[in-house]
Amino acid sequence: MRIFLLRLTAKMLPALPTLCAIAGALLMFVVFLALQGKPALEACQLIYVGAFGSGFAWENTLQRAAPLMLTALCVAIPARTGLIIIGGEGAVALGGLACAVIPMMLPAAFPATPALLLMATAALVAGGAWIALAGWLRQYRGVNETISSLLLAYIALALFNHMVEGPLRHPESLNKPSTPPLPEEYLIGSLPGLDVHWGLFWGVLACIAMYVLVRHGVFGFSMSVVGGNVRAARLVGLPVNRIVLMACLLGGGAAGLAGMMEVAAIHGSANSALLAGYGYSGILVAFAARHNPLAIIACALVIGGIESSGSLLQRRLDLPGATTLVLQGLLFINLLAWESLTGWLGVWRLRLLETTRNPNRAVHA
Amino acid sequence: MSNFNRRKFLITTGAIALTSTLSFELAHAAGKKLIVGFLYVGPRDDFGYNQAHAHAASIIKKMPGIKMFDEEKVPETVAVQKSMEAMIRQDGASLIFPTSFGYFSPHVIKVAKKYPKVRFAHCGGLWTKGKHPMNVGSFFGYIEECQYLNGVVAGYMSKSKKLGFVAAKAIPQVLLNINAFTLGAQSVDPSITTRLIFTGDWSMPVKEAEAANSLIDQGVDVLTCHVDGPKVVVETAEKRGVMTCGYHVSQAKLAPKGYLTGAEWNWVTPYTTIVKAAQEGKPMINFLRGGLKDGFVKMSPYGASVSANAKAKADEIKNKMLAGKYPIFKGPLKDNKGKVIIPAGVIQEQTDIKLESMNYLVAGVMGQV
Repeated sequence: MRIFLLRLTAKMLPALPTLCAIAGALLMFVVFLALQGKPALEACQLIYVGAFGSGFAWENTLQRAAPLMLTALCVAIPARTGLIIIGGEGAVALGGLACAVIPMMLPAAFPATPALLLMATAALVAGGAWIALAGWLRQYRGVNETISSLLLAYIALALFNHMVEGPLRHPESLNKPSTPPLPEEYLIGSLPGLDVHWGLFWGVLACIAMYVLVRHGVFGFSMSVVGGNVRAARLVGLPVNRIVLMACLLGGGAAGLAGMMEVAAIHGSANSALLAGYGYSGILVAFAARHNPLAIIACALVIGGIESSGSLLQRRLDLPGATTLVLQGLLFINLLAWESLTGWLGVWRLRLLETTRNPNRAVHA
Repeated sequence: MSNFNRRKFLITTGAIALTSTLSFELAHAAGKKLIVGFLYVGPRDDFGYNQAHAHAASIIKKMPGIKMFDEEKVPETVAVQKSMEAMIRQDGASLIFPTSFGYFSPHVIKVAKKYPKVRFAHCGGLWTKGKHPMNVGSFFGYIEECQYLNGVVAGYMSKSKKLGFVAAKAIPQVLLNINAFTLGAQSVDPSITTRLIFTGDWSMPVKEAEAANSLIDQGVDVLTCHVDGPKVVVETAEKRGVMTCGYHVSQAKLAPKGYLTGAEWNWVTPYTTIVKAAQEGKPMINFLRGGLKDGFVKMSPYGASVSANAKAKADEIKNKMLAGKYPIFKGPLKDNKGKVIIPAGVIQEQTDIKLESMNYLVAGVMGQV
């Protein structure tokens, strides 16, 4: 039993910086509120109630977490190959736009299932290609991918706004410029028995699929090699450029899919309300999850929960709308600070495994 | 640090546990108060659109028989759907004011269908019978009347005869204001032109400052705007010694020297009408519009620098508007490409719903849709 616990601890060690960061952020948040003379503990209690305290709160949280899972993958997958991509917002915009454009090109009364497949493919390709562009610039032109992906996102947003307010604008969308509404039968509904749309299902599925790929696939392993040491990867003959581009394509595709889900399940057409910062929140989720696709699911729930609790904090305690942003900011700072533990983790893990091995030997002897 | 004692903690947690499960019943048992929820898309103190709503909401809060909840910075995504639902389910709200235009479709429509007993009074939308649910209504004000008066005062005060307009997006509500402002100025001097810059979105502080500076560099000496928060434009103009006309709420505090007057919302009027209807159990008011004479909009008090004849002329036109005898859009009217928009002899009354789909800029506006 003790050995099992030690092994489990060793396995869970990578979660330590994130757990410390969450605890640290909460502590700083409490101090911050107390200094302002606000009821800090009550606020923490309300965050829990607003995020996970009832069936309605859970639906709220799950709904907000769904797009974050997909946009977090846009950061986490390229990060496996050593790239820091922060331009997921651009992929969300273009994915949403691509999804809204497809129905305009289809003949009337085109069946829904193939239409949705086409819309999803278009969103995947649009988002993927945009992030792959940042990867290409890095591999072939030596441009820093963090900067280029952010700048490319600004271009994507400008392109999105131009298309939605110009050539693709529906003449009836007077004061809220939008693309023509999607036909009723192409809209994505709710999961059975839940007031949460299907984006949650695809988000979780994408995270699991990426986990399998990253942890148990040959391609996933080669991504880690590229991310760990590019020269070693080249030395063993891995096609580094192709692997990096593929990782960007997968990540960007996930963010594009998030855009599609928002358009087809919530807005019903592409308009600037889609640009709500999901791409940027995804960065926070991916870093909190330390780029582990399975941990992304949990971290997206935490961030989604914080966001959905903001409503209750405002109405019960008269706290300003920025309160949840402060908490998210503290969380991000803490994540970066506690990241310094990473260097020690390997040593602790070895020590833990050492203690599990010694008693084993004693038994066998 | 008195908040940290255990007894208080237990009381609050217990209270929260109770309110989270029983709030709906409790709310209804608590003396039959009308519970009203307000949602704003931006911060309550933006010196602009959201402040105008939040200020009026704070007056509604003080009305007898009212319990008010509000939320700021609610984006036009699933977030607003969930916030409205939370107000209904956790606070027992039976009247909701979603105040941003972008909330209407699909968010308000969707939640309204789910809660047919709750009333939704949306600001800015165009409620249509047969298309939208009966528990939804839309209200708005003819703010272009005030923009016209802004233009009259600007026309008198401008020496360079060049006015500047910083606008968010080329949508009908914005075009209506730009055109009314320009026509007001041209009623003083037909040679006056308005230089126009679109920033592309409702809240773009950096671009708004750049646009204001660029317009001032072009020789503009009176500046106004249609963005969510006019703070940046007004402050930039004041710093550079240029006059301004305000929008949404009074920005006089931000520009004690250069503030001439401003077009302000007076949302208390439509709010009160809708709240009273709910309190008295009358049917939901589905379509509500009003201008100066209805008290939906008002002018900021004149700044110290406004000349006597500017005041006299503006007041004269204002009195005609108050009597309902001053339509702004009348023929002959050409757009800035030379095309005739309204032929001579034709008058478009203020209440004409066609004005809410405006897609042109009048002659004298330098810019394009």
